[in-house]
Amino acid sequence: MIVTKQKPLEEILNFLKDHEAIFLIGCRLCAAMYDTGGLPQVKEMGEKLKAQGKTVTGFSAIAALCHGKNVEKELSERAREVDAAQSILVLACGEGVQVVSEISAKPVYPALDTLFLGGITENRFEEHCSLCGECILNLTGGICPVTRCAKGILNGPCGGVNEGKCEVGNGRECAWVLIHDRLKSQGKLDNIKDIFDPKDFSKALHPHYLSGEGDK
Amino acid sequence: MKFRDILNSEEFVITAEVGPPKGTDVHEMLHAADLLKGRVSAVNVTDNQSSVMRLSSLAACHLLKERGLDPIFQLTCRDRNRLALQSDLLGAAALGIENVLALAGDHPVVGDHPSSKAVFDLDSVQLLKVIHLLNSGKDMSGNELVGPTNFCPGATVTPGAIPLEPQLLKFEKKVKAGAIFFQTQAVYDLEKFREFMDYARQFRVKILAGILLLKSAGMARYLNKKVPGIFVPKNLIDELEKASDSSQKGIEIAARQIQELQEICDGAHIMAIGAEEKVPKILDAAEL
Repeated sequence: MIVTKQKPLEEILNFLKDHEAIFLIGCRLCAAMYDTGGLPQVKEMGEKLKAQGKTVTGFSAIAALCHGKNVEKELSERAREVDAAQSILVLACGEGVQVVSEISAKPVYPALDTLFLGGITENRFEEHCSLCGECILNLTGGICPVTRCAKGILNGPCGGVNEGKCEVGNGRECAWVLIHDRLKSQGKLDNIKDIFDPKDFSKALHPHYLSGEGDK
Repeated sequence: MKFRDILNSEEFVITAEVGPPKGTDVHEMLHAADLLKGRVSAVNVTDNQSSVMRLSSLAACHLLKERGLDPIFQLTCRDRNRLALQSDLLGAAALGIENVLALAGDHPVVGDHPSSKAVFDLDSVQLLKVIHLLNSGKDMSGNELVGPTNFCPGATVTPGAIPLEPQLLKFEKKVKAGAIFFQTQAVYDLEKFREFMDYARQFRVKILAGILLLKSAGMARYLNKKVPGIFVPKNLIDELEKASDSSQKGIEIAARQIQELQEICDGAHIMAIGAEEKVPKILDAAEL
């Protein structure tokens, strides 16, 4: 899931300052799961904007804003409300904002900051994959050094590891100590004894695309 | 004799380090270098140490070289991608710099430009392999170089890392990647260090033990608390505490440890952190 965080209201009001009539749209998938852009949050945002003297021409939340066809359908069904608005405020990830922006000619604004692709572990969102295009989890005990090591290094811990913790702090664990311990318990330390070659960053060339045929 | 030749001899090697200034006034750095000249085999030049932006290590190495010292170019993967790393290495070689210490580098968030983008295109092990490649006359893409490099590559190891096993696995990769010498994180517990050396002796590499000059008991406690892989034993902290002049005591401790290390490893790397004028005093006291 894509983990998002609501922007401070002042920031949103600042970019909406020249727009009186706003249409709001959220996403019933990731943003709903993280309580940042589901229908309740869209309603709540609408109330906040009204309290600031804005007109909310309509609001909606669909599954999912990254799906162009669904967005197209929703915006055309809501054409009257959308047309009445000067801009659209999107409570979804950056993908959702851009899909709406592709489909509508209105100015589109993000109400959320998009943080990372992550999962929930004990009520905490954690980033485990950074979509690098070249998965090596088969060798690293199911723990990704590219993402979970702050430096993304491939050949073992750096000198900054302190009793299993990473030098960047906030209790982050050293991915390489985790990988080492996991592989040791599985009797597979040989997996990481050879030197890993430098990563091929051309496999993560932005912007990515994948056509229907599957070529990249 | 050059550092690389001394490494090949049986002589106990002494290296020290200088940190380039934050700014263009290099007088202090060159003064420190003058104090070290003739007393040490080579001088490391730190590369934006602790992720604090300073004058470039490459330029500083060149200035030391001009002054008649043998510099060890510290090169981190933090600030340069593989083009810049190779390019700086070629530049260093053209300037006559012969020794490189390959490092990952601290993360930018711990330094004075925490919002900068961390590069880490390569890691220290891969960088060592790149140095080997450039020495063989090729770049990372297999292109022929017009004139190869001829570097003496080195790396670091933390003998007191907790946990130690992953650190040793990395050490072995660095050996495999062509590191000829290692400069260690500061060691104070020499019995523990002896255990590390018993293990490290199976590899044909030279190990220079890190000597970080202690200035006070407070500094020792700070190191224990804050710096990964450093442990100052209680007896040394007590010694500093009881001394009337703890700065002089720090020099004595460093000298004593260097003498003991001559039986244990191949050399010592003295880190005086801004107090380079004390390095000759340490060496005098160690009768070196």
